[in-house]
Amino acid sequence: MQDLIETIIEGFQTLTLNKMRTGLAILGIVIGIGSVITLISLGQGSQKSIEDQIQSLGSNLLTVSPSRQSSGGIMGAQGGNTSLTFSDAKAIEEKLPTTLVSKVSPEYSSRSQVIAGRNNTNVSIIGVYPQYAEIKKITMIKGAFITTRDNVSVGKVAVLGPTTATDLFGELNPIGKTIKVGSQTLKVVGVTASKGGSGFNNPDDMIYVPLTTAQKQIFGKTNLTSISVEAKSKEVMVQAQDEIGYLLLKEHKLNTPADADFTIMSQSDLLSTVSQVTGTLTALLGGIAAISLLVGGIGIMNIMLVTVTERTREIGLRKALGAKKKTIITQFLIESILLTFIGGIFGMIFGLAASFIISKVMNLSYVISVSSIALAIGVSSLIGIVFGLYPARKAANLQPIEALRYE
Amino acid sequence: MSEFREDNMIKVLKLSKIYKIGEVETVALDNVSFEIKKGEFVAIMGPSGSGKSTLMHILGILDLPTSGEYILDGQKVSQLTEDESAEMRNKKIGFIFQAFNLLPRTTAMQNVMLPMRYANIPKEERFKKAKKYLEMVGLGNRLDHTSNQLSGGQQQRVAIARGLAMDPAILLADEPTGNIASVQAEEIMAIFKKLNKEGHTIVMITHEPDIAKHAKRIIHIKDGRIEKDEKI
Repeated sequence: MQDLIETIIEGFQTLTLNKMRTGLAILGIVIGIGSVITLISLGQGSQKSIEDQIQSLGSNLLTVSPSRQSSGGIMGAQGGNTSLTFSDAKAIEEKLPTTLVSKVSPEYSSRSQVIAGRNNTNVSIIGVYPQYAEIKKITMIKGAFITTRDNVSVGKVAVLGPTTATDLFGELNPIGKTIKVGSQTLKVVGVTASKGGSGFNNPDDMIYVPLTTAQKQIFGKTNLTSISVEAKSKEVMVQAQDEIGYLLLKEHKLNTPADADFTIMSQSDLLSTVSQVTGTLTALLGGIAAISLLVGGIGIMNIMLVTVTERTREIGLRKALGAKKKTIITQFLIESILLTFIGGIFGMIFGLAASFIISKVMNLSYVISVSSIALAIGVSSLIGIVFGLYPARKAANLQPIEALRYE
Repeated sequence: MSEFREDNMIKVLKLSKIYKIGEVETVALDNVSFEIKKGEFVAIMGPSGSGKSTLMHILGILDLPTSGEYILDGQKVSQLTEDESAEMRNKKIGFIFQAFNLLPRTTAMQNVMLPMRYANIPKEERFKKAKKYLEMVGLGNRLDHTSNQLSGGQQQRVAIARGLAMDPAILLADEPTGNIASVQAEEIMAIFKKLNKEGHTIVMITHEPDIAKHAKRIIHIKDGRIEKDEKI
């Protein structure tokens, strides 16, 4: 042990003799380890951001939607049938115990052109009950959300998402103003707070109206496009999903799950799909970065081979003075491990700092994973062993007489 | 059998070394036999190309003979494994090279302690011994000087201290004064004589008669054979 410490100190002294070369060899490992840590950390950060966003859409959320209809072997479009009705939502609410299902939100949504003064936009119009806001955790910055009374009275009112509000009214306060959807004129009664979503089903770019108004006045339909259900807790999610399935089969007078004209998607299904995609992406990025680590390792090997050649006389002398093969191998291995280990430490600092800055700039979650630190220390030392072993063995196999004669 | 008598430090029997480069064979040593007893101070002399360096390498277990037997301190060298050879070099032989061969940018103390490190001698003892031997060769005030801060003669004295560090059976010196000024060479020879008087066995290779005359016995080598073996 004491001998090992001495060898380490000696190796350290040898490395400081040629600072430029040592620095450049270490730099290769710093870049390698740094980029692996940065990319893995960013990958995990964006994964967490996406998952947080999905979580923010509502917790313990189950979504029932109509599935494709087949009649006589002809498949209809996915979600294109009209099998889901308000009575289904009512059945789920009334027939399932509150220990399983806490909130039910029947919905009808479709896209439409909306006009307000000289502005117009094409947005998703969604007919809802107040439960929708509770399940999807929607909060208001102005006015109030759609109420049950709005539904009973088939009120011609609308709540705008913040993006839609800006699109239609710019900086003006939209409350009390009117919008035109098809032939209907609706009064704006509220604006929701931003949820920071994006893409196709962006909750910020939506118009919320009473379900009855959407069905009867705007689109002239009687079916639902989806039912959102909040399960009582995470633990009963699977049970709730099953019970809703059986209930709807019975309601629709269907015998087996294979016949089901609806699908129930849980949030965990969505989460696992997304996690899988981002996980693959993270692995891919990490793999690309690992190539630079490999290049760094080859750099170490190159330097060590040069060192062995340069120090041939020294190796010969050490052997003449009684150094055994093992001693020489240890000496050179320790030098290469020192190079990669120091590179690993600096690479870790560099990687953590870089991913911190990038995640702040790109507004992602910042994830420090213990695994990336273990990676920095473990993998870099391993690289030192793998790429140092060949030069070290080459040194140890030198014949003392040949080595001493070497000029 | 006289060759196994205890006072025989070195015994070589019909030693030959043939170098083969391509198809050409060069005989460096041709059936050489001699004995060196404990406490002798022997100079091996010969012109360059005579085979004296080859002999020195074989005696130092840095090279193996093509045929013949070499027995060092009762041990047949041909039977040793690579690691056992390393151990023999470490414990039985103190090397003194023409080019000093100190580790560069390393202090005199560290150089002298190096063979003791390979023998796993505890640090305190290493330190004490290294200091003792450096004082003995007159470098007590140069302990922490690095190799490049020392003159040729001083470097060779560090090498002698290093050669003594493991208290070896023989001191093997290869042209020890070849790279240093003649005044300092005399100092080195004085140290050798003193060590020999204290009981150390010394084998020295040289081509300079002035240096060889310090020894008690001179073996002359020419064309790989012993030409003359004289006691002084």
